[in-house]
Amino acid sequence: MYVAVKGGERAIGNAHAWLDEARRGDPALAELDVAQVEQQLGLAVDRVMAEGSCYDRGLAALAVKQARGDLIEAAFLLRAYRTTLARFGASEPVETGAMRIQRRISATYKDLPGGQVLGPTFDYTHRLLDFALAAEREAVAPAPEGVADPAPMPRVTELLAREGLMRRESRSDAEPPDLTRDPLNFPVPRAAWLQALARGDEGFLLGLGYSTQRGYGNSHPFAGEIRMGEVTVEFTPPELGFAIELGEIVLTECQMVNQFAGSKSEPPQFTRGYGLVFGHGERKAMAMALVDRGLRAEELGEPVDAPAQSQEFVLYHCDNVEATGFVEHLKLPHYVDFQSELEKLRSLRQEAGQ
Amino acid sequence: MTEASIEAGYNFGYLDENTKRMIRRALLKAVAVPGYQVPFGSREMPLPYGWGTGGIQVTASIIGADDTLKVIDQGADDTTNAVSIRRFFNRVTGVATTEHTAAATIIQTRHRVPEAKLREGQVLVYQVPMPEPLFRLEPRVAETKRMHALADYGLMHVKLYEDIARHGAATTSYNYPVLVNQRYLMSPSPIPAFDNPKLDRMPALQLFGAGREKRIYAVPPWTEVKSLDFEDHPFQPARADAACVICGARDSYLDELIVDDSGKRHFVCSDTDYCASRPPVQDAAA
Amino acid sequence: MIGPGFADPVADSQRCFRAVLEAMSRPGRIHRVPALAEVPAPLHGATAAVLLTLADGDTPVWLDCPAAQDWLRFHCGCPLVAQTAAAFVVATAGMPALAALAQGSEEEPHLAATLLLQVESLQAGQGWRLTGPGIEHAHRLAVAGLPGDFLAQWAANRARFPRGVDIVLCAGDSLACLPRTVRIEEAG
Repeated sequence: MYVAVKGGERAIGNAHAWLDEARRGDPALAELDVAQVEQQLGLAVDRVMAEGSCYDRGLAALAVKQARGDLIEAAFLLRAYRTTLARFGASEPVETGAMRIQRRISATYKDLPGGQVLGPTFDYTHRLLDFALAAEREAVAPAPEGVADPAPMPRVTELLAREGLMRRESRSDAEPPDLTRDPLNFPVPRAAWLQALARGDEGFLLGLGYSTQRGYGNSHPFAGEIRMGEVTVEFTPPELGFAIELGEIVLTECQMVNQFAGSKSEPPQFTRGYGLVFGHGERKAMAMALVDRGLRAEELGEPVDAPAQSQEFVLYHCDNVEATGFVEHLKLPHYVDFQSELEKLRSLRQEAGQ
Repeated sequence: MTEASIEAGYNFGYLDENTKRMIRRALLKAVAVPGYQVPFGSREMPLPYGWGTGGIQVTASIIGADDTLKVIDQGADDTTNAVSIRRFFNRVTGVATTEHTAAATIIQTRHRVPEAKLREGQVLVYQVPMPEPLFRLEPRVAETKRMHALADYGLMHVKLYEDIARHGAATTSYNYPVLVNQRYLMSPSPIPAFDNPKLDRMPALQLFGAGREKRIYAVPPWTEVKSLDFEDHPFQPARADAACVICGARDSYLDELIVDDSGKRHFVCSDTDYCASRPPVQDAAA
Repeated sequence: MIGPGFADPVADSQRCFRAVLEAMSRPGRIHRVPALAEVPAPLHGATAAVLLTLADGDTPVWLDCPAAQDWLRFHCGCPLVAQTAAAFVVATAGMPALAALAQGSEEEPHLAATLLLQVESLQAGQGWRLTGPGIEHAHRLAVAGLPGDFLAQWAANRARFPRGVDIVLCAGDSLACLPRTVRIEEAG
């Protein structure tokens, strides 16, 4: 009976073998190809890149396959891999204003320079299970193609700023902090919390963002603009002294426009909440923008009383790799601690009974 | 030499040299300010947070080819997580491992301090889930940082006092807070209070790693570690009033096992190496 | 021409670190570090080894010997900064005033400087009487080559706890540490 409570090398080995078998499923069916995951479960791949904070579609697809579709586990695999990568330097800031747009919508203007571009969205689909997808079928007919509008697409927030209605952000050329190198030291600057939110769990941010709409944190958001598409990543090697192009990545950016009553030193104006994520991750970008605006309460002299306005609350709990680790570690043996609790409880009850 | 049995593609000890240097600097400051939690740039490890990533990073930063490593979880060398961590270090360092407390130069532990007295030259590395001893009383880290700066531990004393007033004794049975070198309040990690006295003036160096919370702290050898108490209510660690059914020990910390449907209980040593080093009792409890 | 660093960087820096960790944990005990094939003057072997082990692009360094700057920058990539801003202060020709170095704050005492101080010699078993964390009863250590007011400066440094400078005394390939907690009494 003593041995029964202890695990061991053999038990672990057997569990891993079983896991491999369960992952593969019925061997009579074709094995899932990593390229198929990358192509056909693209939004899962995007989410894993965002929360794994590593932009590599192939590795993210591999992680999704290896994790049996568990996206938090996949993000964890990608993060652990990321740790081992050498750092060559930091890229130039990406210019989302020059994005090659796949999707761009504004909820604040009916029409605006560059127009509204719906792109590949679920927004107006009727959520009816498409049983045709369950059957093998012919290749999908290609979507109709138009000619890209060469007109520039200025950001909506820029249009408001020109009129003086949007609060100007203070520009900083300082090196932004990197929370994967230096632990958060509260209070943290906005650049640090934006990084944390960009890596943060979509579900957690969604719930928190939602709470700001329901009165926990007084925000009145409008989706000023959401845009998704490719941006160019550039890097300036110190020995060259000029930027060279590394490639393109897909980003989703959301700028929320929020009311601001003004303060002693500032007139009433709009303020923004900002969201930016790897890949096509609109829900996450929007939730992030709501939470970002919530976290700015202190800077704007607003009361700080809701969860989404508390830096420590949001930033210490938004990381799903940390959260899942600590929640799930409860299944590790705790019998030493539990034993001490048992003894303590027995002795307290005995004393109380006397 | 050192490369002989190491997992291809990874540095000795898994961590890159930059990361090791960062952790090593944090360790030295932790030793210089006993009990103070040094923030460090904890890395994502291939084991999950909560499984000992802090302890693993500390061990990976100090371990060398001549070390002999022992890993325990709940006092035992053969619990699944201990096996898994030992295997990890075997893969990434190739160093010798042992189950014998006396033979180890580095002992990584979760939730226990070995029963055998440790000696100079040994390092005990604790895996720590929540390094902040005040977190249940004050969850804001910025606030607890201020309290440590001022050595303002009134909250903890009030909590203990209320326990005693209500229950006649402190209700904390594990992770019982200690004062290090008469200055810093420290979490000894979730070891049973029974183990607390072993921390006091221990000849070995004690290092504590909290990966998810990104903190490292230390107790140098021979340093005073005092469990918080009151003069009229001295600290009283407890253990089950029983003997180990395997070795008969009455001085070791025991695991409680339920052995049949009627709830019959047996007790065995939690420290498997200690138990195995003692002669077995003559079949009495079989 | 810049001389080489450790012959086996991973293993040598690990051994050197363990020596420093042991030395910091047991103040006043003398440890030897892995010897370097070539040491850039005027650094001692122990000073150079500790720098190779602990300094890098994340650690601002101040040193009083321009001759070793290129070596340090080449091997460690450290930014060289003003004395008060340095994480590592390297002193080969006399000790800077301890109070002039970074002390850390009450909330963040780990931000205090580590002083690598070259001295003429270190002798165990005689000289000062050291007590404090890391020491069972007392350690004895004799150090040659310190300023006359060292003990007064040290007492002031210790009084600033938890702030305060930690010292690594380097002589040849040997070192001993004085963490800010250690109490030093004159030989007696």
